[in-house]
Amino acid sequence: IPSVSSIVPESCLLIVVGLLVGGLIKGVGEKPPILKSDIFFLFLLPPIILDAGYFLPLRQFTENLGTILIFAVVGTLWNAFFLGGLMYAVCQLGGPGLNHIGLLANLLFGSIISAVDPVAVLAVFEEIHINELLHILVFGESLLNDAVTVVLYHLFEEFATFEQVTIIDIILGFLSFFVVSLGGVLVGVIYGVITAFTSRFTSHIRVIEPLFVFLYSYMAYLSAELFHLSGIMALIAAGVVMRPYVEANISHKSHTTIKYFLKMWSSVSETLIFIFLGVSTVAGHHYWNWTFVISTLFFCLVARVLGVLVLTWFINKFRIVKLTPKDQFIIAYGGLRGAIAFSLGYLLDYKHFGMRDMFLTAIITVIFFTVFVQGMTIRPLVDLLAVKKKQETKHSINEEIHTQFLDHLLTGIEDICGHYGHHHWKDKLNRFNKKYVKKCLIAGERSKEPQLIAFYHKMEMKQAIELVESGGIGKIPSAVSTVSIQNINPKTLPLERVLPALSKDKEEEIRKILRTNLQKTRQRLRSYNRHTLVADPYEEAWNQMLLRRQKARQLEQKMNNYLTVPAHRLDSPTMSRARIGSDPLAYEPKGDSENLPIITIDPASPQSPESVDLMSEEPKGCSGLPPSPEEDEEGLVMRVKEPSSPGTDDVFTPGTGDSPSNQRMLRCLSDPGPRPEPEEEGEPFIPKGQ
Amino acid sequence: QGPLGSAPVTSLLSLAVTSEQIEHLHRRFKQLSQDQLTIRKENFDSIPDLEFNPIRGKIVHAFFDKRNLRQESDGLADEINFEDFLTIMSYFRPIEMNMDEEQLDRFRKEKLKFLFHMYDSDHDGKITLQEYRNVVEELLSGNPHLEKESARSIADGAMMEAASICVGQMGPDQVYEGITFEDFLKMWQGIDIETKMHVRFLNVDTIAHCY
Repeated sequence: IPSVSSIVPESCLLIVVGLLVGGLIKGVGEKPPILKSDIFFLFLLPPIILDAGYFLPLRQFTENLGTILIFAVVGTLWNAFFLGGLMYAVCQLGGPGLNHIGLLANLLFGSIISAVDPVAVLAVFEEIHINELLHILVFGESLLNDAVTVVLYHLFEEFATFEQVTIIDIILGFLSFFVVSLGGVLVGVIYGVITAFTSRFTSHIRVIEPLFVFLYSYMAYLSAELFHLSGIMALIAAGVVMRPYVEANISHKSHTTIKYFLKMWSSVSETLIFIFLGVSTVAGHHYWNWTFVISTLFFCLVARVLGVLVLTWFINKFRIVKLTPKDQFIIAYGGLRGAIAFSLGYLLDYKHFGMRDMFLTAIITVIFFTVFVQGMTIRPLVDLLAVKKKQETKHSINEEIHTQFLDHLLTGIEDICGHYGHHHWKDKLNRFNKKYVKKCLIAGERSKEPQLIAFYHKMEMKQAIELVESGGIGKIPSAVSTVSIQNINPKTLPLERVLPALSKDKEEEIRKILRTNLQKTRQRLRSYNRHTLVADPYEEAWNQMLLRRQKARQLEQKMNNYLTVPAHRLDSPTMSRARIGSDPLAYEPKGDSENLPIITIDPASPQSPESVDLMSEEPKGCSGLPPSPEEDEEGLVMRVKEPSSPGTDDVFTPGTGDSPSNQRMLRCLSDPGPRPEPEEEGEPFIPKGQ
Repeated sequence: QGPLGSAPVTSLLSLAVTSEQIEHLHRRFKQLSQDQLTIRKENFDSIPDLEFNPIRGKIVHAFFDKRNLRQESDGLADEINFEDFLTIMSYFRPIEMNMDEEQLDRFRKEKLKFLFHMYDSDHDGKITLQEYRNVVEELLSGNPHLEKESARSIADGAMMEAASICVGQMGPDQVYEGITFEDFLKMWQGIDIETKMHVRFLNVDTIAHCY
């Protein structure tokens, strides 16, 4: 039995909830709240747009920018005029109830209802996982048509108050389109650059980094709206411009914060918008006129289909990857209307537009139809037509190398051909970016970091964190492969591999992350200890261990600085993991460890740094380290006891050390350990955390 | 003599490049070769924009690679004529609407084979670790302040990932020789190369100048 959520998209359910809530309020006798336009435009819409803009897949967007612009601008204009004109004709023929609605009013109505709504598109398209091209086309169109909508709306609203509309007015109106859209983009770019520049100096106060992003973006939106420029385009431009520089400057935690806050706010906004739509439907004054509403609906659909067909025919002449009829169908079908149309209609003033209620009713009907009918049926249609779905590509370093290689190759070929194409200009922009812009906007060393290295660091960081976080579950992350450096280059010594030099801040960050997780799991481990610790007979052995550990920790201090030595000895988590993975049997009981109790370290699989517990001094197997005194310790060495109790995850079949030369797992990258405090606490097994 | 010189017309038509494009390319060829019938490696130095390209060596090399020129022999040619030039260019043509599955698959394999030859510089049919390192070093060659080790470790990481994709789990004694063409195909499975690897040479007007 299919669940409700697989048939009905979330937006529909939310509207139904809104209807119920509104009905409830009305039933009680109170007046239900209506979605006021300023609340919508000032508070509910910006988070969604910022979320969309900040995480916009820039590559696909720019590749298809021409197509998107044509759909957004020409398509919306066509829709507006076609619909407005036809509705005027309907009004003239529609009898006394409609006769008084003039051409301008109808054109205004057309411009309100014709814009594809980003909120509705996002809500529905997110769930159907359609391929990236179609997603970016419909979504990009819904974002960029805001400029057209704003211009048309204000234009017709103004004109409706005029006695006469001259040609000059029309021409000025046409020009104002460019002002609105380009002005909006300019405002966004300026604020984006300011944010990027600000983030360059926040290295000492990391906590407020997310604040700058949100604040400046919102200011971009408000500034644009203040001057009647396109706020949506400003917000998108700001997000797109600031993102690469801000991400290079801010800490990992800030990045996570920004991501989660944006997702959270946009979710909340979206939910509220749809619920409010439902409530407003119940609460509002309606004026239902069959002719008007039905013909609006019908012509909306016709206009959309015709527009898409004609424009695609035109666009396909210039596109290399043509849009198939299936694509065209999805694009036409995905033209959903939403709350923006409603709010714009609500903004209409009764004085000039007495038929506002009728307009609102028609708008709501169209919204309901598109969201319910089209929203619900698009998923089965996508399956039926076998439209290509989104491919789950995992971001890998290989892919990045290949993509960059291909980019350079195509640029080269274009240069050889003598054709200044897409790649050529992109390459020029990149070079300009690297030479001038990055130096201004990115702090410190990272301004010179090439993209490949930055990507590599990001991936290493991600893997390190995943590893640390999953260590508590006791499962092997499925991504771990057993391939190690030995498999591809048998001649190398185990520790020959070095990591690109990490900056101090990154190291510090990684250290901090590992340390906090270490602490957390140590606390967890402590509880296990109390339950499973076998007592007395082994106390002495424990004390020996403790003493040795204390000595080891002193040596650790010496080792502390090895992380700041030019990364030669630095071992990346991937490497360690790879080596661990290739040698899951790398733990074997030491000579005197038979006396030690077998502790069930259930969650601490050998891969996690949490299973740092004992520190032994055998320096074997670490040939790459700087020559130090004999008892030199290579940092935290993991020795995991064989899990004895039956309940444990026997993830690794313990065996005797058949691995060559006593391999053990090195955690050189992890922090030097907790501050060495005296052992008197008697926490037997775990070194006391900070 | 016409633009095609003495080359048989039929072989060129099979490349599905329009005659307009052939005209344009021929004009470009004449520019590059300074009105000679063949181009040598040195002629590519006259293109100013190519200097900034980090992999220009490999690109130029690809033009002279006999495997790309569909010749039976191996190794490098010293000079290429217009027909060869067109052959190389044909690797970058876009897909057509009316291609069926099999054609599409062959198309894709051709393009990937071209890329593979670029990576595999010693022509042994495998991309070894050293060759891969070489590729990454070249990609990063625009950044003189970087240490060599960075490029090496990235290449190593990528190679390990490739090994784990292509072979899966490996014991500590197994050695992964290098990426064969089948493995290469596997790595590119997620990426639509047929939609990415193409160049427009439709515009007749924009002709970049040479020195």
